[in-house]
Amino acid sequence: MIAIYGLYPDPDSAERALDSLRGARAELGFAPRDIAVISSEPFEGYGFSRGVDERDHKTIMPWLAALGGALGGFTGLEFATLTQNAYPLATGGMPLAPLWTNGIITYELTMLGAILTTLVTLAVSAGLPNPRAKLYDPEVSDGNILVGVIDPSDRSRPALSKLLLDAGAAKVREFPPRF
Amino acid sequence: METKQTAQINDDLLRPLFRTTWRFYCGAIVCGAVVAAAMAAFGYQVWNGIGVWGIDRPVFWAFDITNFVFWIGISHAGTLISAILRLANATWRRPVTRCAEVITVFALSIGGMFPVVHLGRPWLAFWLFPYRSEREIWPQFRSPLMWDFFAIGTYLTGSITFLLLPIIPDWALVRDKAAGWRKRMYGMLALGWRGTPRQWHRLESAMHIMAVAIIPVAVSVHTIVSWDFAMAPVPMWHSTIFGPYFVAGAIFSGIAGLILAMAILRKLLHLEEYLLPVHFDNLGKLLLMMSLLWFYFVFAERLTTWYGNEASEMAVFWQTQRGGFAPLFWAMVVCNFVIPFPLLAIKKLRTISGTVIASATIVVGMWLERFLIIVPSLSHKYLPYAWGTYRPTWVEITLTAGTFAAMGLFYLLFAKFVPIISVWELKAGMRAAPAVPSPLPARTRSLPLTAGPRTAVPRTADAGLGATDD
Repeated sequence: MIAIYGLYPDPDSAERALDSLRGARAELGFAPRDIAVISSEPFEGYGFSRGVDERDHKTIMPWLAALGGALGGFTGLEFATLTQNAYPLATGGMPLAPLWTNGIITYELTMLGAILTTLVTLAVSAGLPNPRAKLYDPEVSDGNILVGVIDPSDRSRPALSKLLLDAGAAKVREFPPRF
Repeated sequence: METKQTAQINDDLLRPLFRTTWRFYCGAIVCGAVVAAAMAAFGYQVWNGIGVWGIDRPVFWAFDITNFVFWIGISHAGTLISAILRLANATWRRPVTRCAEVITVFALSIGGMFPVVHLGRPWLAFWLFPYRSEREIWPQFRSPLMWDFFAIGTYLTGSITFLLLPIIPDWALVRDKAAGWRKRMYGMLALGWRGTPRQWHRLESAMHIMAVAIIPVAVSVHTIVSWDFAMAPVPMWHSTIFGPYFVAGAIFSGIAGLILAMAILRKLLHLEEYLLPVHFDNLGKLLLMMSLLWFYFVFAERLTTWYGNEASEMAVFWQTQRGGFAPLFWAMVVCNFVIPFPLLAIKKLRTISGTVIASATIVVGMWLERFLIIVPSLSHKYLPYAWGTYRPTWVEITLTAGTFAAMGLFYLLFAKFVPIISVWELKAGMRAAPAVPSPLPARTRSLPLTAGPRTAVPRTADAGLGATDD
């Protein structure tokens, strides 16, 4: 993977860069998904924080968490009820499988199911862990915002560099860096 | 935000990770020594048996369960501050959330050890796990002690998740600033985090879901802990007030613990520009509210008992009001209400020092409260011929001291490897939103993660004073 990107010191210039890239993509021959934005904090309220298409800011994570919770709760209820009936122990005049007490186990495993599902969904949808080298610049940690294009064509690189500079980039670089 | 300001924040908050001062070594040695003593005491107990404790018929629970309930209570700090204030979009919480979440995880871990510590044969603790034994017996799901296992397990899992998820971007930051073995270590811990819009959106969605999920879990945990007592027909235990009483007490002690931790960190790590007087002021107001709530619950419980005038319960009642436990009871009232109330209610006194003094007395008072719930009732149950006394031994006292030292040691080590203030959240909270938010691209209909544009929060002493994100 190769890329050309600019480092922007403030979100307004990063926003301009993204708008310019969107406007020029037909001419320079790259798809919307080839535009990359990387930042060290979520810049809510800015267009670039929403990513380049729908998939960047829409998720079914809450629904999956609810499903995980439902599965956990069902598991808890069945587990408690089936085991209590498998080895019946009379306790203090209570029924073998009282809903009052089994409800507590059910509730806890419902919440555990939701929590674990959220964790797994985050890992999968955010692409973590990711050991492969992908576009990144350590100067992002200093507050700069990276806006660039992945796998641009050779003929479009000069125009891209100029476009990124004109939008206010403090630096324009290539990834991986050429030594 | 200026790159220069970002660089300053990075330097200030990452400095403890890259530089180790004599204070760290001193703290680690002192806490480590006490923890080592506690481990030696535990080893002595395992070798010689539980008889080395002061517990005896009829007081079979004492320091062990007091510490269990106390530390589970302290763990509620993180949930309140981090989760509830996150859902309420309270901007001022940002420098404080990680301090609180760390307390939750470590306090839960310490408190969760005591059901094992107090076993006569702790190597059989695995019997608590839900599996079928060789006699085809499953655990007793109708027992509050099994409910504890599931509740604490769920809360610990959720709290660890809630703590670790927002640390990932900060580990990526440290990865970028570090060199050598640190770079490799934080590179692994960062899991390849880059900071794409998709990753930020997923992370914030996950944090929102976790915040919604962890609050009812926290309420249920301490309610279930209270049911260890309330389900038993013991004088002054079998009461419906125990659930909410314990939850309120937990939040009360948790906030106090958080204030103490923040004050210590502020001093040791020179975080005066980040942990501001306004944070202590806001937490002080919460603490005041909880102090009043605690007083209300104690009064309601005691009034009900006194008015009912049932013989067995009155025996316990008078033991705490006038008898052998009276000094501890009135010390508890002084520590939890008499001292904190004026310090927190009078604005001039609600300074950093004032809130710290109030918090220190509250931590002591809440430990006494747990002790006074357990021991007087057990020592005076229904049959007078079975009444007894309790006196702790050096083993129990050492174990108790060891828990406080362990908390200090875990916190020191954590602050050495993780930025104790969430760097990205702090920066995000300090940034002004654009005057007109950018319009959504075509065919996109997602809701914003926050209520709307935020106002800038300057890094001054007034930062966050009553500010919200709305």
